[in-house]
Amino acid sequence: MGMTITEKIITAHTDRENVKPGEIVECKIDLALANDITAPLSIETFEKSGATRVFDPAKIALVPDHFAPNKDIHSAIQCQMMREFAYKHNLELYFEIGRMGIEHALLPEQGLVLPGDMVIGADSHTCTYGALGAFSTGVGSTDLAAAWITGRIWFKVPGSLKFVYSGKLKPWVSGKDLILYTIGQIGVDGARYCAMEFTGETVKQLSMDDRFTMANMAIEAGAKNGIFVPDEITEEYVKARARRNYTLYDSDPDAEYEEVYEFDVSDLEPQVALPHLPENVNPVSEIPEIRIDQVVIGSCTNGRLSDLRVAAEVLKGKKVDRRVRCIIIPATQNIYKEALEEGLIETFIDAQAIVSTPTCGPCLGGHMGILAPGERAVATTNRNFKGRMGHPSSEVYLASPAVAAASAILGKIGSPEEL
Amino acid sequence: MKLKGKVWKFGSDVDTDAIIPARYLTTTNPDELAKHCMEDADPEFPNKVKPGDIIVAEKNFGCGSSREHAPIAIKASGVSCVIAHSFARIFYRNAFNMGLPILECPDAVSVTETGDELEVNLDTGEIINLTKNKRFKAIPIPPFMQELIQAGGLIPYVMKNLGGDS
Repeated sequence: MGMTITEKIITAHTDRENVKPGEIVECKIDLALANDITAPLSIETFEKSGATRVFDPAKIALVPDHFAPNKDIHSAIQCQMMREFAYKHNLELYFEIGRMGIEHALLPEQGLVLPGDMVIGADSHTCTYGALGAFSTGVGSTDLAAAWITGRIWFKVPGSLKFVYSGKLKPWVSGKDLILYTIGQIGVDGARYCAMEFTGETVKQLSMDDRFTMANMAIEAGAKNGIFVPDEITEEYVKARARRNYTLYDSDPDAEYEEVYEFDVSDLEPQVALPHLPENVNPVSEIPEIRIDQVVIGSCTNGRLSDLRVAAEVLKGKKVDRRVRCIIIPATQNIYKEALEEGLIETFIDAQAIVSTPTCGPCLGGHMGILAPGERAVATTNRNFKGRMGHPSSEVYLASPAVAAASAILGKIGSPEEL
Repeated sequence: MKLKGKVWKFGSDVDTDAIIPARYLTTTNPDELAKHCMEDADPEFPNKVKPGDIIVAEKNFGCGSSREHAPIAIKASGVSCVIAHSFARIFYRNAFNMGLPILECPDAVSVTETGDELEVNLDTGEIINLTKNKRFKAIPIPPFMQELIQAGGLIPYVMKNLGGDS
């Protein structure tokens, strides 16, 4: 019987010749990452365990991106703890402010995650790297600490769900709209414990940035991982960055899937997920008039260069509504610099948006744009849970950079078509 | 081991931001986290919950973030176990690793309400709703996870295996 790409990558990281969904396997890992919220717990666990050294100082990435640049004394202490651990264990992949970016944008950009890799991270959006044809999934801090010690992690092999997208996307429709639509169709636990494999003629045309966005939100459907079979677009992205060998896997024609979903997306409109779950998805044209207070364009979901280009295309020559605060956050220093060189930052400033240094910041209600009681935000982020961006009575509407930028100008939720 | 406690019932898709909002994640101190446990789902929960109480929830409990602070906050608030129709996968692993007992039992969840008294046998998976006088059997814990529990948790398991190698 054939295997899916997910099953093949898992097999390649075990001593076995094949694996089947439901089996418990122990895998060697290629990279283990954590951030300033999750690393402190891992460090405490590691130190209490009696272990004295990590399995491989070149395979542990620590990225202070959530509350960094340090938003207060408590978060400064958490970042300090991480920094000291990184120096003590000579971790090569510690990224100080100035080199730091949002972890799931930074690590692929730096060529640190490659096709065929097995990656775990103490951050649920670790599933982002599936865009490269890697197996990657989020774990808790204790699982991560155990992996720091052994270089291994146990998994239940996930069954796979296949998503086949067909049709040419309409203008202003992006990977974000495809994944929001998909979550709307299957629900926030529609892929619980499973691999989501994204296929079809539509996704073959998608840029890497759009694929990262889709794989990133697999967790929002409860998935263990999201994955794309690598192609020329993937290779072009990685060959400029890779400093080690990598393996391209695909799914066998006779691989077994728990479910196959086929979506014709030729008529798909930009999608918006209403509070308080990412499954509350509606086409933008069916959203009633909803006034907004804030727009956030950024995050591990949509803070990449092509996202900023789309936002700039919409904002060019326009002004953000006077009642709206528009916060734009390039996900890495490189993206920030390229946006500067392309004139995107100037466009944002002229439109009276603000531009921040890379940080997860507002996405999780950390800092850099917290909502007051009753306020509403349109965000290109990934979660709209109650209180996610601030006060429990505030609301987050998830959308693409195009819809977010258009909404900033309109002062209400809307699409670029309305401008 | 047998637990007995009063139920706090929650709905579906209780996310980790509801269990412990990210604004409180500037600490790893269990007692500090417990002060805000379930705050965005029920602001009064941290004041109402008593040691030994049991959380019962519908499907997909603990969806969202990988933050281990979620099971830490629940455990430190005094909750003795969580029974749900189903759990999100990262939360499920984290709860085990933190020593927070969790059981999947859709039948028990559907008849149980806030204020009911439950008796839970963690060894057999038997759940008795004493208020409604009904018995249920939870879905058994996977054998590999039972091995982890017997070893005293993931880290002791890992250290023991490392010791065996050297």
